[in-house]
Amino acid sequence: MLCKRIIPCLDVKDGRVVKGTNFINLVDAGSPVELAERYSKEGADELVFLDITASAEKRKTLISIVREVAKAIRIPFTVGGGISELSDIEALLKAGADKISLNSAIVKNPELITKAANQFGSQAVVAAIDIKFIGNEYKVFIKGGREETNLKGIDWCKQAAELGAGEILLTSMDRDGTKEGYDLNFLKELTSKVSVPVIASGGAGKKEDFLAAFKEANVDACLAASLFHFNILQIKELKCYLKDNNVVVRI
Amino acid sequence: MIALIDYGAGNVASVANALTELKQDFKITCNEIEICRADKVIFPGVGEASFAIRQLHMLNLFSVLRMVKKPLLGICLGMQLMVDHSTEGNVACLGIFPGTAEKFDSAKTKVPHMGWNDIEIKSESKLFTNIKSGERFYFANSYYVPVCEYTTSITDNNINFTSSIEKGNFYGVQFHPEKSSDAGLQLLKNFVDLC
Repeated sequence: MLCKRIIPCLDVKDGRVVKGTNFINLVDAGSPVELAERYSKEGADELVFLDITASAEKRKTLISIVREVAKAIRIPFTVGGGISELSDIEALLKAGADKISLNSAIVKNPELITKAANQFGSQAVVAAIDIKFIGNEYKVFIKGGREETNLKGIDWCKQAAELGAGEILLTSMDRDGTKEGYDLNFLKELTSKVSVPVIASGGAGKKEDFLAAFKEANVDACLAASLFHFNILQIKELKCYLKDNNVVVRI
Repeated sequence: MIALIDYGAGNVASVANALTELKQDFKITCNEIEICRADKVIFPGVGEASFAIRQLHMLNLFSVLRMVKKPLLGICLGMQLMVDHSTEGNVACLGIFPGTAEKFDSAKTKVPHMGWNDIEIKSESKLFTNIKSGERFYFANSYYVPVCEYTTSITDNNINFTSSIEKGNFYGVQFHPEKSSDAGLQLLKNFVDLC
């Protein structure tokens, strides 16, 4: 049976992993390669690297980071953050990334999903979608949550899957950094409406939150950052807990 | 020397990294003479089947791969291209193994089949030396090869499909050994040392 996945997320800025809350108070947390190796040893099923480098010039370091990470670990990893061209996607995949996550670029240019999926396969294309509850509905935000769009959460997720995304990485901006748990209501509806795997993101604060996302919302993977970075929760401990509660995980 | 085939439809870097970790002598190539002279051939693949087959035709590798006499390991799409036919792009494949690669039914299961899943070993294989039935490997596939007489292990994703296949010098695995941590490295080591 297919295992449920636990995915640590690493924010990369100017070639270093940084940790902080909501992009504020960033602290250097080490080299991407060292942390990738650590999480891989601790039993992470996959990794996500999010490049939050501001300048395009410094962005070029991303390719060499991907190359080094791919040499160091034998588990799959996704790279995202500011990717908007097919040539960028190709370069990152060739450097050894397994998947590319696309966020703002596909809202402006939805065809990019189809083009990337046709060229590299759906399995390599992750639609990263940030949502926030406004008024009485979920709206999609882009540019790291700074810009609201007209898109409705579920509609855009469905469209992204139909266009060829092989996975949806769904981040609840309302829950992000709160440690109040994943947005189960939205995730529940999402997993009932799309047939691609769904990764829950935003809000994990304790083991029970992961269990609820898997059991109640039927997500395929859970992503978390600060919980793992600040050693609040060990991946091994989390997986043992999930296993004891009848979630199939790889230990 | 191992020939690692680069035909523009495979994540060659990750396989190359794994072979480097295993301290193997390999060459990334699409040259038919180098492929024929190699002691072992690894045929990776990600992406779309008909595109990949077109690439093989363009590089004159279609018949070369069918006639390789040394051990050849197809990985993921590489394995799917070794059967008769694929419904992905409706394309004639290498025909080394019988059968048609089909798409998972998205009404019954999530597609792509993505993540770590276990294999149930159905027949003895050198590839599985020091690997137990039930071991988990990393998969990322929307299409699958149905179980046939050459299937050596199966995996369950709503239906049982071929997770590894073997006939003579031809080997195929649906999962990505290069991305499957220690068990994956062991399998690649087995191919290199024992097959």
